[in-house]
Amino acid sequence: MGLLAKAPEGRIAELLDARGDRPGHDWLRAPEIGSVMVRGRTGGTGAPFNLGEMTVTRCTLKLASGEVGHGYVQGRRKACATAAALVDALMQTECADAIRRAVLVPLDEEQAARRATRASKAAATKVDFFTMVRGED
Amino acid sequence: MYVAVKGGEQAIGNAHAWLAEERRGDPAVAELGIAQIREQLAQAVNRVMAEGSLYDPDLAALAIKQARGDLIEAIFLLRAYRTTLPRFGASRPVDTADMACDRRISATFKDVPGGQVLGPTFDYTHRLLDFKLAAEGEVPPAPERDPATGPVPHVTGFLNREGLIEEEPGVDTIPPDLTREPLEMPAGRPLRLQSLSRADEGFVLSMAYSTQRGYARNHAFVGELRIGAVAVEMDVPELGFAIEIGEITLTECETVNQFTGSKSEPPQFTRGYGLVFGQTERKAISMALVDRALRWEELGEDFEGAPAQDAEFVLSHADNIQATGFLEHIKLPHYVDFQAELELVRKLRREAEEVRSSALMGGLASHDGQEAAE
Repeated sequence: MGLLAKAPEGRIAELLDARGDRPGHDWLRAPEIGSVMVRGRTGGTGAPFNLGEMTVTRCTLKLASGEVGHGYVQGRRKACATAAALVDALMQTECADAIRRAVLVPLDEEQAARRATRASKAAATKVDFFTMVRGED
Repeated sequence: MYVAVKGGEQAIGNAHAWLAEERRGDPAVAELGIAQIREQLAQAVNRVMAEGSLYDPDLAALAIKQARGDLIEAIFLLRAYRTTLPRFGASRPVDTADMACDRRISATFKDVPGGQVLGPTFDYTHRLLDFKLAAEGEVPPAPERDPATGPVPHVTGFLNREGLIEEEPGVDTIPPDLTREPLEMPAGRPLRLQSLSRADEGFVLSMAYSTQRGYARNHAFVGELRIGAVAVEMDVPELGFAIEIGEITLTECETVNQFTGSKSEPPQFTRGYGLVFGQTERKAISMALVDRALRWEELGEDFEGAPAQDAEFVLSHADNIQATGFLEHIKLPHYVDFQAELELVRKLRREAEEVRSSALMGGLASHDGQEAAE
């Protein structure tokens, strides 16, 4: 679900729809936009404190075959939350493997590539210290 | 006598129409898109998210456009929007040790595990205007290098091992929330940190600077400054476990401060902490210095009467939306208030006049009396 939460705008729907029509569903909770209070810890490891909020969109749906899917995505993205919930529900059906290959694997690879690019750029800015020759006599 | 009236709807409507036109500026110049602001004015977006206390780059960019670049006005818009959102819950505390660092530097240890990673920084630039930016042009891609895999531990962890720095033992208490309960004194450290994280950057910077200049001096080293993405996890009741609900960029600053010991604590280094949304290092460093100054009481230090030690003063004046709300309201109509003041001043003048004239009469009388006595 972490992969789905962080997927770029529209990407889940794109991958999901590429493999055919979406199954029908009923809403148990229609997509809604809200906030989550993000917490940190004093000194990084101490007591929790409230840092500030972030926007989150969530929904819950039920497939005709009965599986319940939850979608939680970062930001205000009702279409993405819907697609995420459908993927979550379909992962409980017999087409779980197909969905994994069609949606989750590409999302995972794309996320890993984005991370690797940033990490490589950061690594290029790492300081290599060298010792100046000291006059020691 | 002022009689209550209403009116001005037409004038207000026209003023707002003109504002919209002025906001757009010269129609011959291309209109600014939200995505352009989000991508190219990222530092403004970061500041609005941090002080608006809501992490959403698109909304912050929209607020900046609507506010014509007035960042406090944009923060106000974001804060107002925030109040309309239902709260789904609170996250687990983010694990900053697990941050995917874009930048990570230590001013205390040269050879820190994980290295000194500069990241996309203004540091070491010459601060000369770059006229190339005034012309359109492509930017060459940034160089890349194989990233070292391995942990990037917190620098304060090393000092902890020797027992040279105070510990920050993890506890799992429910922190107080400024957005639900009004600020009350005395404010514990979690409440102070929440307040400082959303405080006005300029105010926190000035408070921090005052400690460096000697008001509540506590010489600070930047033990570590890190900027990067952290995962946000939340326990979801309907699932019965925690899931990742997103990823946010944070700036974290840990200062290491001289401390000669007090009645209750041995000589050791003490800590100041700053954690802010976005790439916002000036604010995070300032926050850490002010956090440390405000900790005088729990560390058994003396209160020197410095502004940065006074939690009531710092926390009550740090919020730019509260400040600007109260400050700017005085430009709005106060006709009736002022009418009352006017009446009062007139009355006081009348009374003063009466006192003076009667004193004058009395003075003449006593003068006469004196003369008679002589």
